[in-house]
Amino acid sequence: MGDYTYQEIFSVITMQSFAGVSLLCIYVLMGLGLYIVFGQMGVINMAHAEFLVMGSYTMCLVSRMVTDAVPGLLDFYFLLAIPLAFAIPFGVGYLVEMSLISRLYKRPLDTLLATWGLSLVLQQCFRTFIGAREMSATLPEWMMGSWSPADGIDIPLSGLILMVLTILLTAGLVIFQRKTSWGLKMRATTQNREMSGALGINTKMTDRLTFAIACGISGVAGAFFTTIASTSPTAGTNYIVDAFLVLVVGGLGSLFGLFISGGFLALLSSILEFFMTGSLAKVWLYLIIFAVLMKFTKGLFSEKIRT
Amino acid sequence: MKSKVDNSSPFVYFYEKIIGGRSGLVCLITLSLLLFIVLPLSLNTFRLNLTGKYLSYAFVAMGLVMCWGYGGVLSLGQGLFFGIGGYCMAMFLKLEASDPESTKIQTTPGIPDFMDWNQVTELPWFWYPFKSLPLTLILILCLPTIVAFCMSFFYFKGRVGPVVFAILTQSMVACVWYLIVGNQGYFGGINGMTDLKTLNGWDIRTESAQVILYFVCVALLFLCLFFCRYILASRYGRVLVAQRDREQRVQFSGYNISNFKIFIFCAAAFVSGIGGAMFTLQVGFMSPNLIGVVPSIDMVIFTAVGGRLSLYGAAYGALLISFAKTALSEANADLWIFFYGSLFIIIVMLLPKGLAGLYTDHIKPRFLAWYYAKKGKPASGKEEGSSMPIESSPKLEEAEK
Repeated sequence: MGDYTYQEIFSVITMQSFAGVSLLCIYVLMGLGLYIVFGQMGVINMAHAEFLVMGSYTMCLVSRMVTDAVPGLLDFYFLLAIPLAFAIPFGVGYLVEMSLISRLYKRPLDTLLATWGLSLVLQQCFRTFIGAREMSATLPEWMMGSWSPADGIDIPLSGLILMVLTILLTAGLVIFQRKTSWGLKMRATTQNREMSGALGINTKMTDRLTFAIACGISGVAGAFFTTIASTSPTAGTNYIVDAFLVLVVGGLGSLFGLFISGGFLALLSSILEFFMTGSLAKVWLYLIIFAVLMKFTKGLFSEKIRT
Repeated sequence: MKSKVDNSSPFVYFYEKIIGGRSGLVCLITLSLLLFIVLPLSLNTFRLNLTGKYLSYAFVAMGLVMCWGYGGVLSLGQGLFFGIGGYCMAMFLKLEASDPESTKIQTTPGIPDFMDWNQVTELPWFWYPFKSLPLTLILILCLPTIVAFCMSFFYFKGRVGPVVFAILTQSMVACVWYLIVGNQGYFGGINGMTDLKTLNGWDIRTESAQVILYFVCVALLFLCLFFCRYILASRYGRVLVAQRDREQRVQFSGYNISNFKIFIFCAAAFVSGIGGAMFTLQVGFMSPNLIGVVPSIDMVIFTAVGGRLSLYGAAYGALLISFAKTALSEANADLWIFFYGSLFIIIVMLLPKGLAGLYTDHIKPRFLAWYYAKKGKPASGKEEGSSMPIESSPKLEEAEK
């Protein structure tokens, strides 16, 4: 290491660890919606990734519209795009729960299949109505730059925003679940549907809103994915396997576990990708996950109290 | 299952248990008439070859009927076992197609062409077994089972839930897909293994060979059908269904349910591997995109459409969906996916037992009622077949304990 000054080594480490943290944020954002739907409600939503993509598309389309109509406002289109990226998946999720999921709560493996059918339909909708080509959002000026607190350290602003968003969304979710009466109803319903119904909670409505909120959160996460990658109708299939794995490794129903497993996987994949090509790193990552899950078949931090 | 079976006579046992009595015999005769006589007579060789290709998915679907429908173990990764069988066959055929004579323009003759392109100069060690046909055949039968055993042993011993297991199998398929794509020099990468020519000197590309292979495929399909029926008809099969419906009760009765699950998962893998080998033989190539995450779920769809409790339904499901796919996606690819996705939703929501359920629960009783009303006899004899309830698959919470 003689050729490098400590300054340089320090900056490389900082930037690399920041890249790792960004990956962690991506994993957590992917898993956040699933954490509610799968971890808490016990519904396997194979169309989860399509809700992410839906958010991404909203972002892209809004940015395109703003660029076409009022280019002057490009700096502020986030204010419109983020609520929309929440609202559209929220609405679709609401409808999906009403028509599909609500009939299948007793048959988890069947929700898996039905939502796979749904994801096929949604993908085709994207392809037919929006277009099969890849899309990306035009980022406003203030997101393009990077922040350099010291010499040789460049931290991209979009990464920082991703981080802040992850923290905000997660904190919001925790506060919503733990501090509001609505969150209490939600937790009660997901833990024991019959008992909650007997206690006077409108479980049907709670389930519906919980599912819709989870979809909305996925949409917001997807909207932010456009800042790092482009979107295509089948982009979701890249996310879905990883998203489920993150959740399973963390242990279903544990937000803390989601963070830890996201960090674990981010660390592993960045180390592995340093040594080998992308696809082989993926193989080793999966193999390590399988090995870990052989020991901890319930995930690293599964919630012990379940009905 | 309805009557006491006299186990002393193997014929009676075979008739009652394996064939499934009179109603089973009807199904068997119908299917064999269709596959052995109607289709070969009515289709040209190209279409017959296509049918054979679809039938090799029926093996997988049959395996899924056993492990998903009867065992409650949904595997989203049957493409992996299909692929292992298929790749074993493909590796043998590839080695045969790349003898030193026909590959002499390569820098190192005698190895498959994709190795040569990727600067692999020596045959990797795991390719050596595929130089001999008997060893290849043994591997086709054993390897999927062994892999399935290794994959499932620890998970089922650790009492992993059915949902998590489904996700794990899906990740395993994704893992193998990356493995094949990443190792272009060893497995042919994303292009897969192409240019397969002969099987032990027998040209598999000629029309007569394709017809023969079709009949071999159908014969094997019936063998596998009997194998599956044998497993399900035995005492083991009853425990399997019992643990699907009331896992804890069976467990407290003293059964080690994880062994049952491991066994049925391995049996399904065994059957799927045979299907994969037949696929390679009939289609003439094998690629990772035929066994990835999406095709694996397609295989589950075949099962769901045909009926997850009907082994015959699996064959019909694979044939029907594949034919519909070919016909409709040629006409309008966009529309096909809409149709496919909605079909899947509809089947799951309205017909959990698939087409076989439609037949046994709706068409057959009505037909019998109509028939007996006409003849003036009371409708009697509740039918067997796929009449086991499935709506009571254990809840996620229960299963996770």
